[in-house]
Amino acid sequence: MIEVKDIFKSFGDNEVLKGITADFKPGVTSLIIGSSGSGKTTLMKNMVGLHEPNSGKVMYDGRDFTQMNTQERIEIRKEIGMLFQGSALFDSMTVEKNIRFPLDMFTDQSRAEKLERVNFVLERVNLAGKNNLYPSELSGGMMKRVGIARAIAMRPKYLFCDEPNSGLDPKSSIMIDELLQEITEEYDITTVIVTHDMNSVMGIGEHILFLHQGEKWWEGSKDEITSTDNKELNEFVFATKLMETLLKKK
Amino acid sequence: MVFYHFGKYILMLKAVFRRPEKMSIYKNEVFREMVDIGLGSLGIISIISIFIGAVTTVQTAFQLTSDLIPKSIIGGITRDSTILELSPTICSLVLAGKVGSSIASQIGTMRVTEQIDALEIMGINAPGYLILPKLLGGVIMIPLLVIVAIALSITGGYLAGVASGAVTAAEFVQGLTTDFIPFTLVVAMVKALIFAFIITTVSAYQGFFTNGGAIEVGRSSTKAVVISCIAILISDYVIAQLLL
Repeated sequence: MIEVKDIFKSFGDNEVLKGITADFKPGVTSLIIGSSGSGKTTLMKNMVGLHEPNSGKVMYDGRDFTQMNTQERIEIRKEIGMLFQGSALFDSMTVEKNIRFPLDMFTDQSRAEKLERVNFVLERVNLAGKNNLYPSELSGGMMKRVGIARAIAMRPKYLFCDEPNSGLDPKSSIMIDELLQEITEEYDITTVIVTHDMNSVMGIGEHILFLHQGEKWWEGSKDEITSTDNKELNEFVFATKLMETLLKKK
Repeated sequence: MVFYHFGKYILMLKAVFRRPEKMSIYKNEVFREMVDIGLGSLGIISIISIFIGAVTTVQTAFQLTSDLIPKSIIGGITRDSTILELSPTICSLVLAGKVGSSIASQIGTMRVTEQIDALEIMGINAPGYLILPKLLGGVIMIPLLVIVAIALSITGGYLAGVASGAVTAAEFVQGLTTDFIPFTLVVAMVKALIFAFIITTVSAYQGFFTNGGAIEVGRSSTKAVVISCIAILISDYVIAQLLL
């Protein structure tokens, strides 16, 4: 479980996070939603240590990440997988080498064992046989799936995804969402997804955190989100014509 | 501002020299960088060196009009100016453009496409993994390139001198072998090592702390070349003052 306790973060005079507190449970897909500039990506970056909070704590199964030294953080990071908005695959490496890279760095497995793991995760993301392609030869959806494969190669306990659907067509987007949810349940991973895609919210939003102007404005599930009277959340949820139409039909 | 960047540069170097996660992977990366920096620059360094030597000989001959000065001195001047200054400094300035801009843009692109964040999330020491192999590749290969440059410059000087009739082959060789001070080669190697360190680390610093997108990557690359060139020229003067 990941616990975020009273996180504050500012850049100069701009206060981006104002005392966020939340728990993210294993086996549950948690979504952090909010409009652009609400602080959702900053919150995620504070959780994984890419940014340092001004105050507050991030606990990984009771271990205080914010108080750890570099070496202790490295140990925690071996338990973390992350899918970046642009996939962040290494351009100079093939799909296989991208996925094998953390295994090469941190395990003493034989080449055959590593290849077996690479093939397993590639099959898991429906990309079996694409080992020798370079990132430049992949579509956006395929790059995301390779990113997921790389993120789960080390069997992480915590999975973070930054805008996993951005730039994808609706069908690919749903495929990625379903894949993330399946992986989360199958391996009992604590998954945190930053998104502003309402399809994802309604599809896999078991636990949703709505941020507004750096504050936690609402917390609940996809079943509760359409019936809330929270003005800012409603404005966010029903900003698209599709959601408006669906609600009218309902 | 200068002190802020210098402090950040020193902190980056501290991270670069942290213990590698897996030596075998770093070793392979060092070999790859040696090929990239060394073999990749051999062509341009060879062409430049031959012409530097040729021009030095022709221009020295042009200035030595007095009959009282033996022509053999042309060989000596070409040798000393090539070893002490032209080969290490001009080659390093060219390499700052070629290798430095490549390092800055490569690391800068990795920064703006979140590849460096991905390394850090995996628990990998990103400065160490990305910069140390380039630094080692540079400090091993750039001195070797300078040795090649010295040899080719002197050869270029010999060919140009003899072909133009400014000096005979025997006079040039006599000049080359008279009053040679081996310590000048030590100075050249010290310069090459320090310039290699500057080129790789300054460029890596510019790339590593790139913010923004493609335009900023271009800016980082330009800044890497400009700052490396200035740092090379300043340290060239300091080394000359200290060692000669």
